[in-house]
Amino acid sequence: MDELDRDILNELQRGMPICERPFQVVAEQLGTDEAELLRRLEAMQEEGLLTRFGPLFNAQRMGGALTLAALAVPKERFDEATAIVNAFPEVAHNYAREHWLNMWFVLATELPERIDGVIAEIEEATGLKVYNFPKREEFYVGLHFRA
Amino acid sequence: MSVSTSVREPAPAIDTLDALDRAIVLATQAGLPLVPQPFHAIAAKVCARPEEVMARFERMQANGLIRRIGAVPNHYRLGYRANGMSVWNVPDHRIGAIGPRIGALPFVSHCYHRPRHPPDWPYNLFAMVHGQDRAEVGLQVAAIAELLGSDDQGHEVLYSNQILKKTGMRFGV
Repeated sequence: MDELDRDILNELQRGMPICERPFQVVAEQLGTDEAELLRRLEAMQEEGLLTRFGPLFNAQRMGGALTLAALAVPKERFDEATAIVNAFPEVAHNYAREHWLNMWFVLATELPERIDGVIAEIEEATGLKVYNFPKREEFYVGLHFRA
Repeated sequence: MSVSTSVREPAPAIDTLDALDRAIVLATQAGLPLVPQPFHAIAAKVCARPEEVMARFERMQANGLIRRIGAVPNHYRLGYRANGMSVWNVPDHRIGAIGPRIGALPFVSHCYHRPRHPPDWPYNLFAMVHGQDRAEVGLQVAAIAELLGSDDQGHEVLYSNQILKKTGMRFGV
């Protein structure tokens, strides 16, 4: 990753304009050209530096729902439980954490009432209790990591 | 290292998506094509005019349905190797006053009030912290503890050791 890659990531985490040639606009700001910017983005996506490029939807404002949930998975069943949990399309993110609650995932559903259904299905499929941590209040959501 | 730039949530209001909005969401939730005219590419996919598709994106962004159109880096790969979810047991009547102050710290990327699950889980304040290594995160957690003072009635840091999935939300499944 060179200086230009860093500039691209820092700039594009803030967002991209909505216009006919958005990459051209951003490229000009960064002192490069559209083709080079697109080439860099593709390369960073292939290398896994860029997880995603596109609109970030706010599930809740679209009428859907989100929650954070956790499982205490026995070590020997961790891979199996990971496969079960990840197979649910409603699981947007899933992280392994060093704790007795060792699997933490975010559920995003189009219908709010579906959250409880997915939780019940995960409990059924894993045989484990799901701890549900819906947000009561959001104090801060940052969207920018300095590259 | 710092994690910065806040986006305040606009007042909650739910916008109803019509058929075209929905088609646009489904066509772009996995990502935007990396081509010179991405909105034109989406327009072709959903059988609409590019101007109309751009207008829909503008509106969804203005209404907060889209937080932004942009890049999501893998923060581990950017050098944030220590990523901890710090969780705190804070008196309920104090959390409304304290939460925004914790959220305002430069190294906190997300901060929420979430329910306890007594007796297993006494924590009600969640703050995600990120650093180059655990020593750096340890200092960040100490700074939060200092800010909380006697309102810190116990805390833990849950370090992540693997991203198991990171696809973002998917509608229409």
